[in-house]
Amino acid sequence: MSFDFAIEGEKLMMLVYGIIGFAAVMGLLLLALGKVDSPKDRWVAIGFLAPAGILLSIGLIYPAIRTLTLSFFDSSSTSFVGLDNYVWMFTHAETRETLRNTALWVLLVPTLSTAVGLLYAVLVDRTRFESFAKSLIFMPMAISFVGAGIIWSFVYAYRPTESDQIGLANQLVVWLGGEPQQWLLEDPWNTMFLIAVLVWIQAGFAMVVLSAAIKAIPSEITEAARLDGVTSSQMFWRVTVPSIRPALIVVLVTISVGTLKVFDVVRTMTGGQFRTSVIANEMYNYAFRYDEDGKGAALAVFLFLLVTPIVFYQVRLVRQRRKEAR
Amino acid sequence: MASHLQRKLFALVGVAALALTATACKGGNTDTGAKDKLDTPECAAFTDYKGIAGKTVTVYSPIRDADGKLMEDAWKAWADCTGVTVKYEGSAEFEAQIKVRVDGNRAPDVTLIPQPGLLESFAKAGKLKPVGDKTKAMAEKNFTKDWLKYGTVDGKLYGAPLGSNVKSFVWYSPKMFKDNGWTVPTTWAELITLSDKIAGEGKLKPWCAGIGSGDATGWPATDWIEDIVLRDQGPDVYDKWVAHSIPFNGPEITSATDRAGSILKNAAYVNGGYGDVKSIATTTFQDGGLPIVQGKCALHRQASFYANQWPKGTKVAEDGDVFAFYFPAIDPAKGKPVLGGGEFTAAFTDRPEVQAFQTYLASEHYANTRAKTGNWVSANKGLELANVSNPIDKKSVQILQDPATVFRFDGSDLMPATVGAGTFWKGMTDWITGKSTKETLDFIENSWPK
Repeated sequence: MSFDFAIEGEKLMMLVYGIIGFAAVMGLLLLALGKVDSPKDRWVAIGFLAPAGILLSIGLIYPAIRTLTLSFFDSSSTSFVGLDNYVWMFTHAETRETLRNTALWVLLVPTLSTAVGLLYAVLVDRTRFESFAKSLIFMPMAISFVGAGIIWSFVYAYRPTESDQIGLANQLVVWLGGEPQQWLLEDPWNTMFLIAVLVWIQAGFAMVVLSAAIKAIPSEITEAARLDGVTSSQMFWRVTVPSIRPALIVVLVTISVGTLKVFDVVRTMTGGQFRTSVIANEMYNYAFRYDEDGKGAALAVFLFLLVTPIVFYQVRLVRQRRKEAR
Repeated sequence: MASHLQRKLFALVGVAALALTATACKGGNTDTGAKDKLDTPECAAFTDYKGIAGKTVTVYSPIRDADGKLMEDAWKAWADCTGVTVKYEGSAEFEAQIKVRVDGNRAPDVTLIPQPGLLESFAKAGKLKPVGDKTKAMAEKNFTKDWLKYGTVDGKLYGAPLGSNVKSFVWYSPKMFKDNGWTVPTTWAELITLSDKIAGEGKLKPWCAGIGSGDATGWPATDWIEDIVLRDQGPDVYDKWVAHSIPFNGPEITSATDRAGSILKNAAYVNGGYGDVKSIATTTFQDGGLPIVQGKCALHRQASFYANQWPKGTKVAEDGDVFAFYFPAIDPAKGKPVLGGGEFTAAFTDRPEVQAFQTYLASEHYANTRAKTGNWVSANKGLELANVSNPIDKKSVQILQDPATVFRFDGSDLMPATVGAGTFWKGMTDWITGKSTKETLDFIENSWPK
């Protein structure tokens, strides 16, 4: 596909209008604010916050409220059904399965990625090939979730015993004398194999942040510990881990929030089949494919409720640290 | 200094505002005094479409890329002659986006819609306009009642049938059949005898299948069930089943599903080239039939459009590498059940040029022109076989035009989306991976919106 200006012209014009519009609004704003003399601070603040505030209300706050309202209505959003959609969510066997899977994801992905990242960061710290080793494990971060899903679909690909294997996992099994497996078919192991993909992606992120935190540990502390004659496991558990605790929490929280919203990996690799579905995937299915707006909205609201405490916790932590720093 | 800066700013804002107003004015006038060319000899076929020159019709559908281009080529002559500008847009996200556009009052003039269920919901919501009298007459002349029924809501025709595909096909390798002395089965009993024979010889498994299709995984299995409900129970039960006037887990559908299971879940029959029964769930539908060309599988039930999936250089013809035979009926006395799909031309507006365009798409002139540009099948009675280019399309047109044919539309496209694009797919996938027929059908029945 080549880029044709005649066809794309309309879109480019839209872009130009957008830029002109932006310039016009900003120009008017600056002009108006320039005229204000007295209690300047407040008006200037309001003036500059207004565009962002308006956009946020249109793009975030209004949809959130509307989603909440829709979750109390039926599939066509016409009649009020109270909490029915929420009752359905917790009583229906298939959705309970997705809740169970989401719980598995949220428990395993942050802990495993952080553990792998931390271990790796400690192991390669100050070795000769550190930067090379780090870039190896960091590389998956650069791959989109869908890309990673497709790559791993091939890793798990299955061919019967008598033909050549095209998947890495099954080829290894065959070399070791085993039978090729349908990795993505048997529940609950298939969810574990999907979780492995996200761990593969997120471990690099954990590693980079934690490695930086480890490097920031003051050398006086480590030297003092060495003088006191610590073993390497004591060094790890009593010195390294407590010193990088804030970084550990940030990594855990960030990955948890990301994992709650997991969608791409599941959708690309199994489409939520074989009992691997998660909340975000079902939310999409109900809202956009099954025409069940109410149920989709209820799932979305529930997902939002799950993310909220983690975000609050993080905000509180950041504030506390700011106070300590003062 | 300050006033200088201010003046500059004023100028900037002024220019920007001017630009905005100027562009705002641009939209309105479409009538540029364009004329049609209907009096020229090459436009003789279009003299019925007078007085609409200079107008624009917007069209939106899921048909895109090569097929979209072929389609635009086919109506180009009509557009040139009548002086109407046809603005076409094809989208892979059609099913989700059309709702968004209609709800946002940005509906296209015309949509080529492959789901009668979606057409019905737009018609019932009062969004679609019934077709004009000329379109209605044209559609009634060129299409059978079976077809018109799917474009009709509450007694009014909203969508004129356009293209079609035939799903009741079993793909095979004519060469493999010849080498082994097998003959193409023409009855269900012969089909089963042949399957047993191939399985008994032990060289290869008779059937191969693949129902993997990303988030639509399961749909090829739903086609299997639909095709067999038509054969096992007949078209009347099929219609009742689709309309949910008989339950999904009743004896009729259980019988048909078990019959499908006697092939799809029979370890002696499947899954040629891929492994056991469960491998059907993880094999993509694109890969499903490929073992036929590798000599590892003999039969693959899939729609006519599977012709595009064969590796480059595979000759699709009766005397070629692969071809398809009609999925035989169980009781030939009850006619020739054919499962298929197709698009319908529906309109959200009723301006004269829009209705004229709709009429043209339903005409035999369009059907033949479109067939000549290639890769197309239609149930249009005026379509001449000689204009259809490739053997499998020819075979499809023959089946569609056969008076014995009892056509039924793909049921999952007619059921509510929760079932037709959701639990039916999911249920069949679980069925393949080991769930019993009863459990599967109970699950689907319970998901039917009340």
